Amino acid sequence: MRLLTFLLCTAAWAQVPYERIVAAAKEPANWLTYSGDYLGHRYSPLTQLTSANIAGLHVKWAHQFDNRMQVSPIVADGVMYVTGPNTAQALDVRTGRELWNWHRTIPKDYQNIGFGRVSRGAAILDGQLFVATLDCYLVALDIKSGLERWSTQVEDYKPGYSMTMAPLAIRGKVVVGVSGAEAGIRGFIDAYDAKTGKRAWRFYTIPGPGEPGNDTWPGDSWKTGGGSTWVTGSYDPDLNLVYWGVGNPGPDWNGDSRMGANLYTCSLVALDGETGKLRWHFQFTPHDSHDWDAAHVPVLFDAEVRGQKRRLIANANRNAFYYVLDRTNGEFVAGKAYAKQTWAKGLDDSGHAIAIPGKEPSAEGTLVWPNLNGGTVWFSPSYSSQTGLFYVAVREIGSIYYKREANYKPGTFFAGGGEAMAPGTEEAGFIRALEATTGQMKWEFPLQSAPWCGVLSTAGGLVFGGSNEGNFFALDAKTGKPLWDFQAGGAIGANPISFAVDGRQYVAIAASRVLYVFGL
Amino acid sequence: MLVAGLGLSAFAQSSEPDLDSGRKIFEAQCALCHGQTGTGGRGPSLNRPKLEKAPDDDALKKAITDGFQPEMPGAWQLTAREVASVALFVRSLGKLAPEILPGDPERGSRVYQAKGCGGCHIVGGAGEGFGPELTAIGARRSGAHLKQTLLKPGATIPDGFLYVAAATASGQTVRGIRVNEDVFTIQLKDAQGRFHSFRKSELKELKRLRGETPMPSFQSALTAAELDDLVAYLASLKGKS
Repeated sequence: MRLLTFLLCTAAWAQVPYERIVAAAKEPANWLTYSGDYLGHRYSPLTQLTSANIAGLHVKWAHQFDNRMQVSPIVADGVMYVTGPNTAQALDVRTGRELWNWHRTIPKDYQNIGFGRVSRGAAILDGQLFVATLDCYLVALDIKSGLERWSTQVEDYKPGYSMTMAPLAIRGKVVVGVSGAEAGIRGFIDAYDAKTGKRAWRFYTIPGPGEPGNDTWPGDSWKTGGGSTWVTGSYDPDLNLVYWGVGNPGPDWNGDSRMGANLYTCSLVALDGETGKLRWHFQFTPHDSHDWDAAHVPVLFDAEVRGQKRRLIANANRNAFYYVLDRTNGEFVAGKAYAKQTWAKGLDDSGHAIAIPGKEPSAEGTLVWPNLNGGTVWFSPSYSSQTGLFYVAVREIGSIYYKREANYKPGTFFAGGGEAMAPGTEEAGFIRALEATTGQMKWEFPLQSAPWCGVLSTAGGLVFGGSNEGNFFALDAKTGKPLWDFQAGGAIGANPISFAVDGRQYVAIAASRVLYVFGL
Repeated sequence: MLVAGLGLSAFAQSSEPDLDSGRKIFEAQCALCHGQTGTGGRGPSLNRPKLEKAPDDDALKKAITDGFQPEMPGAWQLTAREVASVALFVRSLGKLAPEILPGDPERGSRVYQAKGCGGCHIVGGAGEGFGPELTAIGARRSGAHLKQTLLKPGATIPDGFLYVAAATASGQTVRGIRVNEDVFTIQLKDAQGRFHSFRKSELKELKRLRGETPMPSFQSALTAAELDDLVAYLASLKGKS
């Protein structure tokens, strides 16, 4: 009888059902989905680490990889799951020792057009780990052995489709997006049946003929319209809505062949989790010509606005504006610039940017802030319900945008121009804390250069971030005052997470080819 | 006949790369990372006479075709002629216009010795390494630029160079060239070649002496002829043979 109990416990211990992810905040020792919860908060409810003891934070273990890592690990029941380019590993959370590994050979003719060969993480659901590969397969692995349960081709990689993001596992389904707008793909968001790998739905981010929005694309331009979906979205279990950012139109810097708003590029879309049907959209940058993808983790929170309780969704956009929308219907609530920008006068009452004419790329070059990577980009923001602040790593770089010819040839760059850093200007970087409901800046912490690392906030009143120069650091969540830092020895371009081992709070970050885990 | 004609024209084309089509391909396919004018961005700058990973034209063509995994995709879809054209264009980015310099390099070499330039610079392994190495300075800088540096060093400070004065809590001030810096710390090299490392929060003051350099002006220390000779000497330094 005792043995049977033990076996039952073991079986239950190994499973991560959907309900556990919905209630992730109740088990902060684990980190069960890309952003820690479905709401995109990248917030740990753990309280052990505080400003009073953070000075004692030190490396507990490190794990070295063959590649530069951008991973945000998953932690479930004593096991950490990490991914690299076409690789996945399970590590013991106590020691970092490998428990299993998996890889899929990258085809010789695979090309990463417009992005690095990286993987930002995995998704877990029930007994499976879901990995998105560069050559565009979604693979389900058995979490105990790392062996494949199924693999499904999401799209052919040869014309430029690829996957670098962590999948998002919701009830019974796994949602993924693709990279490839710089090669003129037609973007989409897909959901697959978690048990079988069969595609459940596809939402094309570029509407085809007869679909609403296709009239924002002249002629056949929709066929190569881009609209990548390369950053993991968020999910509202109550509304059963998947929120996902859509990337830039193709060709990037030359919009002549695609006159129009180019829906749903540079937009946030809200999709029905069951069917993939579009519930609403909000376009941040119509007819974009600066490569300002809406490639961000959307942040969902509830707050009172003008005396009314609202279900909100916030986005610090690559175009340098911060937006707060009603997540039930996409209605604009508030917004303002959070980073240096010279392309718009501001936002109007409906949240649409009032563009300044003459800021498009040109043959001779046009100076604009921000640069193509925007005020912030793929690395995650964080929201703390404790402070009501939205934390974001901010980039301020001015760039000269050039417009060039663009001829579509499958599997090649379809950029139509590019940019060069403005001579005589200096780049700047910050961690900024914005009042989540308004975007009003509360504090900033200056960095040495424009960062490539996300932020994590904790219930212990801390904000963790990283720098290109290898600094991993903790700030006071209320004031931005630096409290602790560690030189990791390599550029940090990943997202931090927090979890607990044997009741002790740990923090993890990948720096170049090393994953560091810190504790007291 | 038509097929033969096409074949011939393809053959004729394949042997003749041209700068303009190289530029077009570069702007469309390479500039995303290397910058429209080769000044670099996500990828390294290419407007330099020496490219470490592509020391000769064959290596450059191979780099364009095969790329460097994982950072740079190869352009396998380009024809040999197109690859050669892109290579031609990339090389053109790093070319310095030929200059006729009035001075004499040999006499300039003696000026270099006599004025003690080796007290701060290394050429071919000899000298002190406080300032930048000059072994290949002629491959990177024009004669006009070198002349200006000698007369007014503050006017030609390269990107990333910073001279700083760090005042410590104990009242000592260390001046030096910034060797490295991150969010929290800074490393300096002083004129004696000693390294100093500080936590910025522990310094009383960290002055960034923008536009300043420890190199003195040689305006009054050199005659016009000596200046010309020294410039000719420096411009002749093209690196290790």
